[in-house]
Amino acid sequence: MSAHSGHSRRRFLKTSAGLVIGFTLAPKGKIFALQAAAGAGKPLPPPDAFLRIGEDDTVTVLLAHSEMGQGIWTTLPMMVAEELGCDWSNIRVETAPAAPVYAHPDYGAQMTGGSSSTYSELDRYRQVGAMAREMLVAAAAAQWKVPASTCRAESGFVVSGTHKASFGSLAKAAQAQKPPASVKLKDRKDWKILGKPTKRLDSPQKVTGKAQFGIDVQQPGMKTVLIARSPVFGGKVKSFHAEKAKAVPGVRAVVQVPSGVAVVADHFWAANLGREALEVDWDLGAGADLDSTKMAAHYRTLAEKDGVKAAAAGDVNTSLAAAKTKVEAEYAFPYLAHATMEPLNCAASVGADSCEIWTGTQFQSGDQAVAAKITGLKPEQVKIHTTFLGGGFGRRANPASDFVAEAVHVAKAAGVPVKVVWTREDDMRGGYYRPMWAHSVSVGLGPDGLPAAWRQQIVGQSIMEGTPFAMLIKDGIDEASVEGVADSPYVKRTPHHFVGLHSPKSAVPVLWWRSVGHTHTAYVMETMVDALAAAAGQDPVAYRRALLKGSPRHVGALDLAVAKAGAAPPKGQFRGVAVHHSFESYVAQVADVSVDKGRIRVHRVVAAIDCGICINPAGVTAQVESAIVYGLTAALYGEITLKNGRVQQGNFDDYPVLRMNEMPKIEVHIV
Amino acid sequence: MKLNVNGKVRDVEAPPDMPLLWVLRDLLALTGTKYGCGMAQCGACTVHLNGEAVRSCVLPVSEVGARKVTTIEGLSADGGGLHPVQRAWIEADVVQCGYCQPGQIMAAAALLKEAPKPSDAEIDAALSASLCRCGTYQRIREAVHLAASMTAQGGKA
Repeated sequence: MSAHSGHSRRRFLKTSAGLVIGFTLAPKGKIFALQAAAGAGKPLPPPDAFLRIGEDDTVTVLLAHSEMGQGIWTTLPMMVAEELGCDWSNIRVETAPAAPVYAHPDYGAQMTGGSSSTYSELDRYRQVGAMAREMLVAAAAAQWKVPASTCRAESGFVVSGTHKASFGSLAKAAQAQKPPASVKLKDRKDWKILGKPTKRLDSPQKVTGKAQFGIDVQQPGMKTVLIARSPVFGGKVKSFHAEKAKAVPGVRAVVQVPSGVAVVADHFWAANLGREALEVDWDLGAGADLDSTKMAAHYRTLAEKDGVKAAAAGDVNTSLAAAKTKVEAEYAFPYLAHATMEPLNCAASVGADSCEIWTGTQFQSGDQAVAAKITGLKPEQVKIHTTFLGGGFGRRANPASDFVAEAVHVAKAAGVPVKVVWTREDDMRGGYYRPMWAHSVSVGLGPDGLPAAWRQQIVGQSIMEGTPFAMLIKDGIDEASVEGVADSPYVKRTPHHFVGLHSPKSAVPVLWWRSVGHTHTAYVMETMVDALAAAAGQDPVAYRRALLKGSPRHVGALDLAVAKAGAAPPKGQFRGVAVHHSFESYVAQVADVSVDKGRIRVHRVVAAIDCGICINPAGVTAQVESAIVYGLTAALYGEITLKNGRVQQGNFDDYPVLRMNEMPKIEVHIV
Repeated sequence: MKLNVNGKVRDVEAPPDMPLLWVLRDLLALTGTKYGCGMAQCGACTVHLNGEAVRSCVLPVSEVGARKVTTIEGLSADGGGLHPVQRAWIEADVVQCGYCQPGQIMAAAALLKEAPKPSDAEIDAALSASLCRCGTYQRIREAVHLAASMTAQGGKA
C-alpha cells in the first residue's frame, strides 16, 4: 500500500481571458493510492456531488469521467458499491455536469484521458461510498438509539440486531447527518465487488438504441448545421455566395464563423444539400503547399542529426564506432486519424446569460473555458451536458476544443440552438491527427550480444506545443514525443546512449491518439530488439529477459504471455513477441502471423497485462482486445497523406479499418 | 408520403432523395439508427426492410414504398422485452462505446433469420460489413452464437 504523496497538484490558473488550465505531469511509475483517506493528505470529497440515494432505494452515481467505451460507467459505480454496501441492481449512473468539484484528482481539470480514470478515482469513489455508508449508519443508529458500532450496511440495508431499514428509508435522515471527517476504506482482501468480472451497466440502453450520443441530441427549435471548412489547413474564407444554398428547401440561414461558412437547416439532409450548393472562395495560404511525402523526406534528413537531448549517458558516438556488430534502422510513421465511429458533433445554445452545450467530450474544463471566452460569459455560466461518446481515443480531448468552439460560434451567429454535425469526410479531413514520425536508430552490441551503445533520433510534431499543455515541455522535450524511448529500460540499461528529438512545426493540427507516443515508440523499440536478438544470435524472448532484468513487471507480463501462447504456431505461421510499458500498464503479446502474397494475416494474439490493481477484469479484457484491434488497424492500414495541402483520404473506403473477417483470436491474461 | 416504421404507418414530408437514415433520425426522432459514413461502408445505419438488412444511409426514402421498416427501436416484437440478439449482447458483455452496436445487432438479427445456426464463417460474411472501432468483434461472434442457442431453446426471434 502506498500513498499519493509527493505528486504535484494541478491547478486552474485564472486569468482575465477566462480560464486557463494548468497541468503538470504525474511522476512516472506512480502506483495506486490505496491508503485510507485519513492519511492521504487530501480533503474528502463532498459525497452529495457524486452520489444520490433515492427514497426508492436507487443509488445514483455521478461520473466525473466520460464513458467512451472504456467502461467507466461500470467501474466507478463498482468502487462506490464496494464501500457503500448497496444492492448492485439499484445502481443508476449519470454523467456529472461540468464543475470544479469533478476535476480529475491528478490533473486538476475535468477530463477523461491518459488511461487514468480508474486508478485516479480509486480513492475518491470509494471514499464517497464509505462516507455515505457512515451517514446511513449514523441515521439508523440515531433512529434506533443504538451505538453506531452495532450497525452494519449490507445489500442496501442497515442492520443492527433485529433492526433493519433500507437505504431508501434512511436517505432523508442520512442527508441531515454531518459527513464524516475521515473514513477507513476496506482492506483489499475484503473486497467483494472490486476485482470481480462485472457486466457493463450501459448495455441495456446501448443494445436498444436508447443510449444518447452527441449526434442524437435534439432540443426544441434546434437546427442542424454543416460547415464548409477550408480544403487545406489554415485557409480562410475570402468571400462566399449563399444564394443557391439558401434556395435549398429546409436551409434557414448561412452564417460565417472563424472556421468557415455554416449552413443552418431543418435537418442533416437539407444542410448537406445546402453546403453542396454553397460557393466559397478560399484564401488557402501556405497550407496549400503541404505534402506528406516531402515532409517525410525532410524528417528523414533531420533524423541524421542529433536532436535535442531527451536522454543521454556515456559517450555514444565513440562506443558505436568501436562496436563490432551494429544494427541500424530507419522508421517512418504516417499521420493517423482517430476515425471514431461517431463522427464529431456538438450541440450548443447561447443566451444572454447562459450557454448550454450537449456533446460527447473528454475535456469539459477546456470546452467550458473556450465557450466562456467566445460568449463573454463566466465559465460557470456554461453548462455542459456530456452524452455518451461514440469513441474518443483522444480526439474528443482537444485543448483547442475545435468541435465545441465551432458550435458555440454558430449558435451565437445564428441566434438559434444548433447541432453541428461533421460528415465522415469532415471528420477524416479535419486534422488533429496522430503526428507523422521518423526514427533513426543505431545500436552497437557488446561482446555479450547485448546493446553497448544506443543512439536514437526521433522526429515529429509536438502535440503540446501551442496549447495550454505547452507548459509541460521541459528543456525542449515534449514528453509525449519520446515516451517509450527516453524512459525505455532497453535504453536506460545501455551504458552509452543518446536519445534526440526534433520537433518540426507544421500547419497540420496534431493531437493525442490512443496511447499517444507509444503508438510509434513501442513499435520501434520492439522491432529493434528483435533485430538485435537476431544479430546476436539469441532467442528473442531470452534476449528480452536479459535486457529487462531490472524490470520485474515487464518480465512478469512477458513470461505469462509466452507461457499461455504454448507450443509453436501451426505450420505456415510465424510467431512474434513484444512487451511494453505505457500509462501504468505492462503488456506483453505473442502473435501468430502468416504472410500470403505480401498480405499479413494475424491469426492469434495472446496478451498478458499487469495493470496494477485490476478493478473489473471483464473491462480490462475488453480494453486489451480493443487496443489490439486499434493497433492492428494502424499497423495494417492506417495512413493519412496530404498532397497540395489536401488530405487524400475521406471515408472508410480509402481509410480502411479492421473488419470482423480479419479479427484474430485474442486471449487476454491478467497478471 | 407514408412509411411503415416499426409496425406503425407514419406520415413524413421529405424530399424524395433524402436517405431513409435521415428521415428516421431527423424527422421521426428514431436516433437508435446511426450515421457513420454515408456511403454503405460501415453498417452503423443498418435497418430491416421487410426483414432484410439494408443500409439506410444510401437508400432514398422514395424507394422504400410500402415495405416494412424495422429499426433497433422496433426490433423486439413485443415492445417491452428484448430480442434474443439483444439479450445475448448483454449476456456476452459485447458493447464498448456502443455506437455501432444497433447496426451490428440489426445485421445479426437478419442473419439469424436466414441461418438459425450460423458458423463463424457465416457470421464473418454477414457482419464484416459492420465496422467497430472499439474492436468488439470477438464478443460479437460469441453473442451471435449465444443468440442462436437462445432462439433454438425457444426464445422469441
